[in-house]
Amino acid sequence: MSSWSYGVILAIAGVVAIVLLVDLVRDRSAQDAHFIGLAVLEVAVVAQLVVGAVALARTDREVEGAVFVSYLVTVVLVPIVGAFFSLAERSRVGTTILLLAVATVAGLELRLWDVWVAGRG
Amino acid sequence: MAESRPLSDGQLSQGWGRALVFVYGIFAVAATGRSAVQLGMEPERAPLAYSLSLLAAVLYLVATTCLLLGGRTGWRVAGIAVSIELLGVLSVGAMSYLATDLFPDRTVWSHFGQGYGFLPLVLPFAGLAWLRQTAPGRASDVAM
Repeated sequence: MSSWSYGVILAIAGVVAIVLLVDLVRDRSAQDAHFIGLAVLEVAVVAQLVVGAVALARTDREVEGAVFVSYLVTVVLVPIVGAFFSLAERSRVGTTILLLAVATVAGLELRLWDVWVAGRG
Repeated sequence: MAESRPLSDGQLSQGWGRALVFVYGIFAVAATGRSAVQLGMEPERAPLAYSLSLLAAVLYLVATTCLLLGGRTGWRVAGIAVSIELLGVLSVGAMSYLATDLFPDRTVWSHFGQGYGFLPLVLPFAGLAWLRQTAPGRASDVAM
């Protein structure tokens, strides 16, 4: 799968994480702006799920399909679950949960990249 | 301290506990997925590492469930699970540096959870701190 999707998602996750970190230091609860950022991230990972599934079907690399798809699906679910958890805590705990969710997305993106590259050959 | 108050329902999964449930939940999924793949594909390659992956998965699942269930029993079982988890991450972390031949493949706990941003090392400490905070009979119970 083209490498730019990882770059774009990691960049979005990075920006959202910085905003969350700043607001966490300022002891603010989760704001609308945070959820908009999370929504942008979610759109990107949903697009990646579609593109990734198509790329997996077309490639002749030996990618571990089940692992790859499970990562693609998990990365879509994490921001949603994180948002619900965060909405239940209207304090800096909620902001922390969003930060953890965004960090998880970034971590999963790195793993996705590993799984795709490992299939080379 | 003569009479210890029972934990109110859901107290373990509120406040910072909710953040903890979120992270423990992710690790439960991650560790379960990892051990399923490892044991499903080539169980003979590294039996010790794969059994430890499975143990980690079970501990994360138990801890997540107990935090969600709450109550005195939940608190106690969560304490046991998190303690074993701490022991596991420390011993496996150390062994993966000292006895590399024992671990031809990685576990969640290898190198103190390096592959997971060292969160597996931080998590049991956070868990124990939270359980200490919510210990039955502590004054903070009433405030919640």
